Amino acid sequence: MRVVIAEDLALLRDGLIRLLQAHDCTVVAAVDNGPELHAALTHHRPDVAVVDVRLPPTFTDEGLQAAIDARTQVPGLPILVLSQHVEQLYARELLSDDHGGVGYLLKDRVFDIGQFIESIRRVAEGGTAMDPAVISQLLASQDQSGPLADLTPREREVLGEMAEGRSNPAIAQRLYITDKAVSKHINNIFTKLDLAPSTDDSRRVLAVLAYLNGTDTPT
Amino acid sequence: MTTTPHHRTRHPPHTTLAYLILLLSQHIAAFLLLPLVIASALLTLIWIGLPFVILTGTLLRTLANSQRHTLTHLTHQPLTPSYRPIPHHGINRRASTLITDPATWKDLLWLISAPLSLLILAIPPTLATHALYQATTALTPNPEPIYDLTTPHTLTARLLLITLAAALLYLAHLLTRPTLTLYTRLNHLLLTSTAKARLTARVQHLATSRANTIDTQAAEIRRIERDLHDGAQARLVALGMHLGMAEQIVTQDPHTARTMLTEARETTRHALTELRDLVRGIHPPVLVERGLHGAVHALALTHQLPVTVTVHLDGRPADPVESAAYFATAELLTNAAKHAHATHARVHINHGNNRLVITVTDNGHGGATTTPASGLAGIERRIDAFDGTMNITSPPGGPTIITLEIPCALSSQKTLPSSGTA
Repeated sequence: MRVVIAEDLALLRDGLIRLLQAHDCTVVAAVDNGPELHAALTHHRPDVAVVDVRLPPTFTDEGLQAAIDARTQVPGLPILVLSQHVEQLYARELLSDDHGGVGYLLKDRVFDIGQFIESIRRVAEGGTAMDPAVISQLLASQDQSGPLADLTPREREVLGEMAEGRSNPAIAQRLYITDKAVSKHINNIFTKLDLAPSTDDSRRVLAVLAYLNGTDTPT
Repeated sequence: MTTTPHHRTRHPPHTTLAYLILLLSQHIAAFLLLPLVIASALLTLIWIGLPFVILTGTLLRTLANSQRHTLTHLTHQPLTPSYRPIPHHGINRRASTLITDPATWKDLLWLISAPLSLLILAIPPTLATHALYQATTALTPNPEPIYDLTTPHTLTARLLLITLAAALLYLAHLLTRPTLTLYTRLNHLLLTSTAKARLTARVQHLATSRANTIDTQAAEIRRIERDLHDGAQARLVALGMHLGMAEQIVTQDPHTARTMLTEARETTRHALTELRDLVRGIHPPVLVERGLHGAVHALALTHQLPVTVTVHLDGRPADPVESAAYFATAELLTNAAKHAHATHARVHINHGNNRLVITVTDNGHGGATTTPASGLAGIERRIDAFDGTMNITSPPGGPTIITLEIPCALSSQKTLPSSGTA
């Protein structure tokens, strides 16, 4: 897998490079600022890019902006955004182009290397990887009333796992239930939320995220 | 202090008349206050007058202020009082503050000058009354003796009288504007505060707000120290211990060492979470990255209430203002959800007249006030450091509308390139 890394702190950048190289990835470019990131993304067109939100020269959301820009030029260019903090606002912006291949995780998630690598692969394959913190915020802000209140606790769990971007087998494994049970829960969720069923995993996740973001219904 | 250019738009005559009647009634009320002032002054000599001093002093201020208000409307020239604040407690302290405040004595001068003011105002109506009296006498078939002097029987006398009446009426008309101007100028002069009084008030305000700022910052730094000490610092110690122990036993007991490393990882995660919350409380990263615009939108997205946000800013305020504005907005929204039990809130932010204006509206049960210990008083204190003001409209039953105004300029830097949010 060809990877572009954008991280301004040398310690973390080197750590990420080593981590990814140890897991069959080729780091084609490792940059430390926004303009170079933009150039690297459009020039190398990597299989996946791992990008820090805050980068020089402005130390604002340079990385995020570069990622969003690059994705308008190369639709669906897989990008995993890492940050010290997660904002629903940013998640929404990343997801707004309705193409898959997007991830948004706290930097802490790197600790669990197995899961982190799995997230990268998922994004590279056009799936999504949303931080549990984003998803729990989304679920909480929708909690007051509405169809979400009709879900059983188990269905809510499945919804959360699905929204993070996991496939059916991964959800089954994490919740210690069978694949078949997962499918059943997902069907129930889609019926209760009045969403069109889809067999395509990543389409399905995007539909759920759009629903939770309230971007598919006028608010 | 900035003076806004005022446009001298003349009021239509009936509005001027209405204001005039208002001024007159205020003046008459003030005049009635005079005996009370004298009585309390006399009573003060035998101490028991002090409560009366406070009462009459406060009444005097209220009256003078209402007249200032009316005059401001009439002349479009701002008349802001600069009284020394009256302490909340202690009869002696309150009375002495009132007595030693030069503004009180100036108000007293205004009070005593009330007869003069009334006299000036009375000129045109008096002239008009005389004209009316003369005209009616001249036109009556069997007139009474005018001014008890002569009785105008002949036509010449009558014509002369009517001419006189007309002349008086014309004079009254001519004098109306000048007397009105004289009256308003005189009162404006008596009610305006001296430069010294304004400066004294300003210095006092600055001293108070500076003390408040220092207190607030010191408290904030103590909180940060405590949070770091009990939180992240302690966790890093635990992390080091876990790693040290794992290092010792890694060859003899790899299994336990592995468990310890997992624990170390968890501890790191907790430490990061705590640091993240701390950072958010000091200065939210999204505020750095997206400015007030993005930060308030982000706040609205994760808030427990549905919040509608509209922001019209052509640039970014200075960092400290941005931060104060953000935290004030966040606190007001929290109040709306927690105390007012609102189901919807609105935030409107714009900039005009060199002021950042933030309006937070909720549909809760209202009744919000600034008691000294309340959160609202805290917000007021914090924006006071920027000469900002807070205005609360919160009748029982709601809605609550809180407006914050902070004087500030905007940097020319555009807020943000993308913000397609609800």
